Amino acid sequence: MNTHEPPSPKALPPEIQARQQWMYTLAHADIADLLPFAAKLKAASHQFIRPPEIGMVLVRGRMGATGAPFNLGEMTVTRCVVRNDENCVGYSYIAGRDKTHAELAALADAHLQGARHRSWVRQIVESLDALRQSRQAEAARRLAGTRVDFFTLLRGENDAG
Amino acid sequence: MYVAVKGGEQAIRNAHCLLAHKRRGNTARPELSVTQIREQMFLGVARVMCEGALHDAELAALALKQAAGDTVEAIFLLRAYRATLPRFCASRPLDTGAMRIERRISATYKDIPGGQQLGATFDYTHRLLDFALLAEQEAPKPPESAPARADACPHIMALLAREGLVGEERARAENEPPPDITREPLAFPASRAERLQILARGDEGFLLALGYSTQRGYGRNHPFAGEIRVGKVDVWLEAEELGFCVPIGEIEISECEMVNQFTGSREVPPQFTRGYGLAFGSAERKAMAMALVDRALLAREYGEEASAPAQREEFVLAHCDSVEASGFLSHLKLPHYVDFQSELGLVRKLRRDRSRR
Repeated sequence: MNTHEPPSPKALPPEIQARQQWMYTLAHADIADLLPFAAKLKAASHQFIRPPEIGMVLVRGRMGATGAPFNLGEMTVTRCVVRNDENCVGYSYIAGRDKTHAELAALADAHLQGARHRSWVRQIVESLDALRQSRQAEAARRLAGTRVDFFTLLRGENDAG
Repeated sequence: MYVAVKGGEQAIRNAHCLLAHKRRGNTARPELSVTQIREQMFLGVARVMCEGALHDAELAALALKQAAGDTVEAIFLLRAYRATLPRFCASRPLDTGAMRIERRISATYKDIPGGQQLGATFDYTHRLLDFALLAEQEAPKPPESAPARADACPHIMALLAREGLVGEERARAENEPPPDITREPLAFPASRAERLQILARGDEGFLLALGYSTQRGYGRNHPFAGEIRVGKVDVWLEAEELGFCVPIGEIEISECEMVNQFTGSREVPPQFTRGYGLAFGSAERKAMAMALVDRALLAREYGEEASAPAQREEFVLAHCDSVEASGFLSHLKLPHYVDFQSELGLVRKLRRDRSRR
């Protein structure tokens, strides 16, 4: 699994870092890739602590990319909190307004904290990672086709001329 | 004096019904879907998100459909929707250095680490109408790809800054959140953070014209496009209830860093100055215009004479918002019958007085 560093890495305990990685995978998943797991994720009983709710996050940039922060604008985000049958509490904050995505991601976050962690990683996280990475690799190959190779024309320097 | 005017309810209802009818057009033709707009008019969608100050491609596409393609109206619709949503929190500042690049060019260096990557661009097209698009046609052939390279794409400005040739942009006082013009009213002189927030949602046409005016000599600062990059960046937020940073997904953004003419003083040797533009979606013209205007508005900070329109902060910031501007323009269409009667009375009286003389 690729590691994705949060923007200001503080020294976080390894279990939190691992959780950030699977949250990353769930948030970056295409909803179409996540839906096939819906039945499995919802199989056990669970309850909403906070049903999916749509709101906004204020997006910040940095002046000159590295300077002081400023407010760029807002983006829609949907959040959800669930408790599963193992009493694990799963959270999600997902870009956009897809309540199903937020619910499934929160459920997955809860299950991934439980006893069957390994099995959930294998079933869901690894396959979502593979799908995302193959899409990104395809985009990277297409972009590489537009990379400019410069060649310089030499003038008046050759002996034959 | 204001006099309440009533009436016209039926006319208004019918006018809105007529608009809906006209927008749909010939029902023998298939209806335009929001998904089609989002996917096939993505540059128009980006502009609506950017100036609507809300990143949500589906809603921006819906706004464009509802506005029948009127961009300024669509921006207004998105701004109005934005006002109905709760704000959960702020994101961590975006790390554009870690962008998954979709396009990246520099006009200052030919050979740059990571290379010049054109991506999907109108540049170098001949601007000839493509009549093939008039006909319903098959999907275009897939673009030629090449083995992807994993080279890092550092910011070009960082290379210049390392040599001291341009001022370094450093973060200070991170604990203090930047001022938010949507929550606290703007006072002049404004901070650069406030200016950038306003420019980011400012009308592209207005900023383009102002940027152009600086190029033509009104507040000359001789820009070079140091770097333009478009691509996906991850968004993280500090979730208070969790106590750690949470990734929420990615957004597409456009960034432009302009290199501008030098400054220097007895203490600081001559170095280039910089202007910055950042915009939601694929919006490089907006990002470039914003960077030009950002630099022009730094006149005060650099001790330059602020005589050109683009350098005059109050003029630029108070007039660059299309929602405010079109709102004030639109109010001219509201009944001014009584106002006008009083003006009419006055002009008649002046004419009478004059003819008596």
